[in-house]
Order: sequence, then structure tokens, then C-alpha cells
Amino acid sequence: MTELIIQAEQRLLRPGGLAAGDLDGIFARLMGPSIDAADLYFQHSRSESWVLEDGIVKNGNHSIEQGVGVRALSGEKAGFAYSDEIVLPALLEAAGAARAIAQAGSNGVGKPLSVASGRALYPAIDPIDTLSNEAKIAVLREVDAVCRAEDPRVKQVIVSIAATLETILIAASDGTLAADVRPLVRMNVQVIAEQNGRRESGSSGGGGRYGFPELLENGRAHAFAREAVRVALVNLEAVAAPAGNMPVVLGPGWPGVLLHEAIGHGFEGDFNRKGTSAFAGMMGEKVAAPGVTVVDDGTLAGRRGSLSIDDEGTPTNCTVLVENGVMKGYMQDKLNARLMGMAPTGNGRRESFAHLPMPRMTNTYMLPGQHDPGEIIASVKRGLYAVNFGGGQVDITNGKFTFSASEAYLIEDGKVTRPVKGATLIGSGPEVLTRVSMIGNDLKLDEGVGVCGKDGQSVPVGVGQPTLKIDSMTVGGTAA
Amino acid sequence: MNHPMTIGDTSINELDRLAEIAEDVIRRCRAKGASEADVAASIDTGLSVNVRLGEVETVERTRDRGVSVTVYFGKHKGSASTADLDPTSIEQTVEHACAIARYTEEDVANGLADPALLARDIPDLDLWHPWNISAEDAIRLGVEIEDAGRSFDPRIDNSDGASVQASASLTAYANSLGFVGRERSTHHSLSCALIAEDAAGMQRDYWYDSVRAAGDFMPAIEIGRKAAKRTLARLSARKLGTRDCPVLFVPEVARGLIGNFLSAVSGGALYRRASFLVDHVGKRVFPQFMQIVERPRIPRGHGSTAFDSEGVATRDSDLISDGVLARYILGSYSARKLGLQSTGNAGGVHNVVVKPGSDDFAALLKRMNTGLLVSELMGQGVSLLTGDYSRGASGFWVENGEIAYPVEEITIAANLRDMFANIAAIGSDVDPRSHILCGSILLEHMTIAGDA
Repeated sequence: MTELIIQAEQRLLRPGGLAAGDLDGIFARLMGPSIDAADLYFQHSRSESWVLEDGIVKNGNHSIEQGVGVRALSGEKAGFAYSDEIVLPALLEAAGAARAIAQAGSNGVGKPLSVASGRALYPAIDPIDTLSNEAKIAVLREVDAVCRAEDPRVKQVIVSIAATLETILIAASDGTLAADVRPLVRMNVQVIAEQNGRRESGSSGGGGRYGFPELLENGRAHAFAREAVRVALVNLEAVAAPAGNMPVVLGPGWPGVLLHEAIGHGFEGDFNRKGTSAFAGMMGEKVAAPGVTVVDDGTLAGRRGSLSIDDEGTPTNCTVLVENGVMKGYMQDKLNARLMGMAPTGNGRRESFAHLPMPRMTNTYMLPGQHDPGEIIASVKRGLYAVNFGGGQVDITNGKFTFSASEAYLIEDGKVTRPVKGATLIGSGPEVLTRVSMIGNDLKLDEGVGVCGKDGQSVPVGVGQPTLKIDSMTVGGTAA
Repeated sequence: MNHPMTIGDTSINELDRLAEIAEDVIRRCRAKGASEADVAASIDTGLSVNVRLGEVETVERTRDRGVSVTVYFGKHKGSASTADLDPTSIEQTVEHACAIARYTEEDVANGLADPALLARDIPDLDLWHPWNISAEDAIRLGVEIEDAGRSFDPRIDNSDGASVQASASLTAYANSLGFVGRERSTHHSLSCALIAEDAAGMQRDYWYDSVRAAGDFMPAIEIGRKAAKRTLARLSARKLGTRDCPVLFVPEVARGLIGNFLSAVSGGALYRRASFLVDHVGKRVFPQFMQIVERPRIPRGHGSTAFDSEGVATRDSDLISDGVLARYILGSYSARKLGLQSTGNAGGVHNVVVKPGSDDFAALLKRMNTGLLVSELMGQGVSLLTGDYSRGASGFWVENGEIAYPVEEITIAANLRDMFANIAAIGSDVDPRSHILCGSILLEHMTIAGDA
């Protein structure tokens, strides 16, 4: 891990004539009357993306961002300033602006910095350089060709690949000195298929914290292509979705976005400290059916939502949120953990140096149960089988959440029959998991495309679940 | 209005500096052999203060800079951006863009805007009104807003806080046709989110105002009070049974529906044939009484600009005339793909005005008589490709033209094509807080999914 500190110091501090040893001087400026804690977050981020459309590689983009965020905390108050110049005068100015939050009170002092480290869950590589530009172009063309060869009804194919390298260095008044080098790659495939004048789309993709070779191994890119085409063709046959309450069977993997919306956000420490979550005050109470266990796990090697350390330098954990139906834990950052008298869980995340950290999810998933997925579908007389979803949203306070299906089928007499058009499902977070009556033995995590938005900040996340049966949910179709 | 220059306002000098950077970038692109190039350089600064339960929660000072460059080598394109404006980083950014252009393929639609369309006069649209509020005063103002809401009713027993935000942006755009445009604009907002509780549970709602000049804000305490009234109105919300019924969208929700229309007639969706409104120019999309016009140069308008993100001059132009689609929303690239001319919409629409009807909100409720009033929508659930529309909703059940009770945990669904055609009335209650200026919209019917 000291290797990472050296790497981060070289990329972040040296160009501006700084060294890790200078940071104590900044803390001297930051700390003072009534400041409980303070931290510095240095970040360098480099991204590259390429897009193919209409059969040609049309555009590529390269971007670089860097800067330092300076935060001073006093009780529940946070003063925050940032600078895109990592040089001493800019840092001192930001420190002055951040600490203006506190006017009077106790006197905090910074602890000497010592290196904090997490498990290395991904290699400290620059993923942009793991494939030549020629090879990137070739991959895009190949995926386009696979899509078009798959079915003549495919009329439009858009393929993109993107890679980002983030280097961060965190120094905090509690003595934390931590660094991380975070690779992230992703591929997306979107197709439009046309039949008798009707057009429908399908999309697919995946990625994680590794280089392009891992993204492309085992024919994964071809599988994304075939999957996007398959979904588009299914949707060409889809009829209007039903409207009303009915049993819903959710497929494994990405439908775990249900957990993210229905309970995940409601278990974030900030909303519970403030009492604004529908789950506030329910710790230890039953919030789900027996057998339902949900965790937030930032420690899975190479996953999109994983982090060796969070953005406050805390090593990530596997935090049990719900155990056998009972609410067990919150996701915490340092501020909310301190104010609630709890331990941080490694969920303090931020979009960039220009944003304040807050409790966020990593990879959120439900553990598997006993049931064979076929047996779950066979148990439904009439209902919806939803296997692919777009995004979702939740109102933290009243607990209502939605998520929109992008591939779904009717279940009639225990059999999956006709595909139906994407419909939005709506439910209540504190209720929906109490209606889980069967849990599959087929836990799957998503392919690695999730983005979570909160207070205007986006971060990469993962979700997962086994096949699940929910006895009753509202399905927002148009058919009687 | 006069234009008070605040003491120490150095924005003109900073804009000149950004324009110099932009022109320098163009020269660097030329020196590397690019046949065409364009660049945008910007600086955004601001203050954002949140208070909660009478105390300051966060004070954030923001300052974001950026340079983004696009180069063309013939019809090969590459782009790059950096947040670091020093010459070494800028040189590297230009190199990255050029390197990418060596690998991208020829696309005949690529290139800068048609020189004949570039803006020649750049009028002052009254968009620059810096609000030099101190953090202390912003905190006091936030507390005042939140207090007005919290003291409104004892059932308001918690708060998500009030926020005060002031921001200013400076942008210079230049291209290798010799165009250099400078723009400076300010944008400020006040908001408040409150929580109320009764035996049925908690509800949260909010209100906000958004302006170019701080003097145009609605009275601060009204924001707190309105947030309180809206929050209280949601208490003890019920579900609805599944049914078909008329639906009335309040203005802030209605403008989202107009936004769906604008996306469906935007170039990117059209040339990909990814919109249910492809090939619809000259065809009826809305009822005959509807008129929608783009007015990009409204003084102090939220979307006002004299030139688009390619330097093309903006001008007033019909989008919907007597219910018929008059034109698409195009930048140069999508225009060339479609064999048309740019409509000055690179980067999107500017101000869109939906002609208000004569009915105010109360009259629309009466006109609907019995149906669903939608005050909030949740989730995505809109396909521009097919027009399929299915979203989570909350609002109020209306009986005999009066609000009867709040409703939640329902969905509303239909196809946008039918929703647009089924618009029965547009209200006179235009919401001024957006670049889409629209009143409430009454739809003849949608499918509501809920209990049973």
C-alpha cells in the first residue's frame, strides 16, 4: 500500500512542488477552534471513450480532471472548498474558506498522519493503456459486425467503450493517510431492430475495475452484442403490459436494482441520522420476509462498485443491511458514523474532489435462497416476469420507489408466455421485501454498468440478487 | 433595467482571457495540421449554503474551469477536454484530440457550422447579475426560509433543510472560421424541503425559486411556506384503484412532458431513427389549438443565448404551429445527417414557450371535474423510440372539480403519441422557473395502475 502512496504522491503532489510531508502544514491551517475534523482529497482522473455508430468509429474523447477538495467539520457543519490547482497557495486559500464554517468552540488538533490501507481489489494499472487504439477500434467494429450478423432486422448499432483511471490521495486530521489507484472500464451496446415498420431497442453492456483484456476475455464483448440483439427482437413481439396489482417474479442479477431503490438508499446513515428515511428508528425490526438477507459489499475483487478504501480512506466492508428479514445495519461515512456513535462502514463516497463525501452504496445484493427458478415461475398463476430493467428512483421519506422494466413477460398458469412492453413497477420500500415469498438459488451480480445518483453526485455501483417472487406489486401497464 | 456593475467585477477581463485561451487553442490545432477546430473555455464560480433545523449544515465554494476542444482532419474528428488551463495541459489536450482523430473514421456529416449561420451581432440579453452574498448572509437567508416553513404548522416536525445558491458562468467559444463568442450569465436559486408526519407516516416535499437576478426572487418566506403547504397536503395519501381517467399535470410536471416532445424531435434521436416522431415535420402532433415557439433571446430567460454551442445565431422560430410540427431541433451534425440546415440548437433548445390557454389552474380542475392531478413523477419509464410512457406518480384525486385527497404509489401509462393528441387544455398558470415556459396540461385520459 505504501507503493500506492508513492504513486499517488508522484501524480498528484509533485507536479505542484508538494510532498506528503507538507500536508501537516495545511492541517495546521485547517484545524483550530471548534474544528472537529478535516480532510484533504487529492484526485487525478483521466478518461477516454470511443463511439461507433452507423458502422463507423465516429468520435473519441479524452479528458483530464484534477484537483483537491478541502473539508472542515464542526459538529454537523461542513465547510468545503476545492481548487483545480494543486499548489500550496491554492490549498491554503481553500483551507481558509473551508474552515470559515466554525466561529467558536472547542479546539481540535490533527493527529500525525499514518498510512491506512485496504485490501487491493484491483490492479494499479492505467486501463486506457491496456489496449492499443488500433485494437480498440477493431473491437468496436467486431461488436458492430456481430450485432448485424445476428439478425437482418438490426438497423442501428451504437457501441461504446470507455476507460477511466482515478488516482486519489486522502489525508485527514484523524491521522489517515491513504491512496488508491482505481481503474474502471466499460462497454455498452445498443441496437434498434425494425420489423413491419415497428422499431424497438435492446441494450447490454458491462465492465469493472480492470483493464480491457479482462473486459474482452471469454468472448464477453460478443455476448454483449448478442444480448442487445436478443432483447430488441423480444421487444418487437411485445404486447401491452398489464396494469394493476399482481405477483411479480424478478430475474437474477440487474433486477437487484429493486434492492438499491427499495431499501438501499433508506439504509444510508445520513437519512437515518436526520430521521428523514422511511426506515429511521427501525433498526432490529422486521423489514423483510424470513430468509431475506441483503448486504452492501465493497470488497468484491474487480467489481464496478468495489473500492479498496472509500473516499475517506476507510477500508470497505461487507455490511449486512438485512439479516433473515431483520434490519441490521446502516451504511456510514465518517461524519454520520461519528454523530450517531457508530463505526464508519467504508461507504463514504464522492463523485470527485469538487463534491462532499456522503454515505453511498457499493455493491448491494441479496443472498441466495433454496428455490429453483423454474419452480418459482411455476408457482404463479398470473403475473409478471421481469428480467431486465432501466433505472429506478426512490422517495426516501415515504419509501415509495419505482423501477422500469426493459424486458418482461407475462406468466400464465405457471409458464412464461408473451413478452410485454416495458412497464414501471411501483412499491413501498418498507413493505415490498415483506412480500417476498420465494428466493432463488441462482444469485447473480450485474454485468457492471450501474450508476447511482444522489444529491447531484454520480458514482459507479453494482447490484445483484437471485430470482425473487414478490406476492404483490403494482405494475404500470396499459392493458386491463 | 440598468446593469449594476458590482465593485470588483472582473468578469469582462476574465472573459477576454478565456477568449485568448480559446483563440490560442485554435492556433495550436492549426499548427498540428487540423483543417478545422473549435473550442469552448469556461469558468463557473459559486457559493452554495445549506441550513437544516436552524443551523448551517454546509458551506461550499465552487470554482470549475474547463477547456474542451474538437479537431477535424478533413472529415475525421477527435475531441478532448481538460480542467487545467495552464499552457502545458492545453497543449497535451490538443495533442490528445489530434491523436484520436488519427483513428476515427471519415464521417461526411462532420465539421463546423455553416459560416453563413454564425452569429454576427451578439446582443446583451441581461443575463449577468452577480449576487455577491456573503456566506453569513446566505446562512441567515436560508434560516429565514426554513423557519417560515417549520413554523407554519406543528405537523412539520423535521426538515431536509433550505439552500441558497449563487452562481456565475463565463464562457468563450471560438472556431477556426474566425468566430469568437463571449457569454456571461448568472443563475441563483433558493429552495426548502420539509418533512411532516401523521399517523399514516412521513411525507417530504419542497419548493424552490430560480432566477437570473437575485432581485427577481419570490419573497423568501413564501418559499418556506409553500414547501410547508405542499408537504402537509401529502399527508395520509391513499392508493387508487386501477382505472382510466383524465389527468391534469401541474406546470412543473407538464414541462417534463413538453421536454419529452423536444427530445423526440431532436436531431440525435431523428437521424438514428430512434424517435416515434421521425418524418413528422408538417404532420399533426398536438391538437390544433396548440402553439409552441422557441424564443432564445428573452431578456433574463433561463435558456437565453445569442448563439448556440457551435456559434450559430439563435432566433425566434415556431416548433408547433396549429398543432403541426414546424421543424426539428438540429445542430450542424444532425442537420447534415438529415440533409437539412442547423436550427441553432447545437447543445439543445433555448427558451421554449407553450402558448398558455385562458383557463387558470382552478378552472382546469373544474374542467377535469373528476380525475387525477399529478404533482410528481418518479423514475424513467419513457421510451422516445416507441413513445411508450409508464411512470410512477403521486398527486391528488379530484372530484367535482375540487381536490378530494392525496394519492401515491400509483403509475400512469399511455403512449406519448396519444397523450400529445389528447391534450384537452393548457393552463394560464405558466411556471417561470425554467427554460420551458408552460402552464398546467390537461389530458383526456391515461391508465392509472394501483390497487387491484
